[in-house]
Amino acid sequence: MAKQSTAKQERKHDAAVETRAVSAKQKSAAPNLDRIIHERLRLGIISALAANESLTFSELKHLMNTTDGNLSVHARKLEEAGYISCSKYFEGRLPKTEYKLTAAGRSALENYLSHMESLIKQMRNM
Amino acid sequence: MEPVRFVSDRAMDNLRYIRETMERATPFTGISGRGEMAIGATALAASVIAARQPSFKLWVYTWLTEGFISLLIAGWSMDRKARATQTSLFSGSGRKALFSLAPSVIAGGLLTLVLARAGQFTTIPGMWLLLYGTGVITGGMFSVRAVPVMGLCFMVLGALALLSPPVWTNWFMAVGFGGLHLFFGAIIVRRYGG
Repeated sequence: MAKQSTAKQERKHDAAVETRAVSAKQKSAAPNLDRIIHERLRLGIISALAANESLTFSELKHLMNTTDGNLSVHARKLEEAGYISCSKYFEGRLPKTEYKLTAAGRSALENYLSHMESLIKQMRNM
Repeated sequence: MEPVRFVSDRAMDNLRYIRETMERATPFTGISGRGEMAIGATALAASVIAARQPSFKLWVYTWLTEGFISLLIAGWSMDRKARATQTSLFSGSGRKALFSLAPSVIAGGLLTLVLARAGQFTTIPGMWLLLYGTGVITGGMFSVRAVPVMGLCFMVLGALALLSPPVWTNWFMAVGFGGLHLFFGAIIVRRYGG
């Protein structure tokens, strides 16, 4: 009975060690993860702008299939981080808001992409 | 090993999301403008050959041959464009367009058989134009604006062909499969890269 209990404890210990090792590897694989573009909608905005020279607020809203409020909040965060630039103008009588990806935003997306790729490679090697 | 798989899956999912968003946001069509123009040119040639046929049955066969040639040109040119942009013909928007167009092409094929058996050859051209237009509109929903507009033009021509005297049908076919393909093909070449 005592032997069985010791074996169980050892197995538990091994499992805990393995979990800690996996978790440590995950942590090492995910340092400096850009939290600003890691959020889904913000990642979508950055990706859409990377494929276009510029997009208006309504084009982005249509592409992302989201609400005005939600898009405004996330676009503002990206703007504050310097990842996108925003310009407002009038087309006839209609006010337009146009977004463009900045150099910092493009490099943040490139970093994020390589980060994801290295994460996948690291996990495959485990 | 569950957490490992979870992290890897999340990373893969993020990469897929980025690719799909960029694809959706890009004003690009997998349809080859040059291919469309080539189809338009062969259709104009077919309209000249079809006009010289002694019977309506032979007229239909001429256009069926042209349809087969057009399918080959479309497949080849779209595959060439996909390779040039390092994508697959059957990935993303290309696959969606193909699945949207296929039902109306199959329906058109079946209706051609039924109408030909019933001897109603004169209704076939209008039905072709109408169904082709329907397929192009649904397929074009995932593409640039020029594609569904072309589909709409085909539908209008189809409706007019069905309501017009049979002697005009060859003109409708020439304007539709010849003219519209040439015109919209040129727009795609100019605005959406090849």
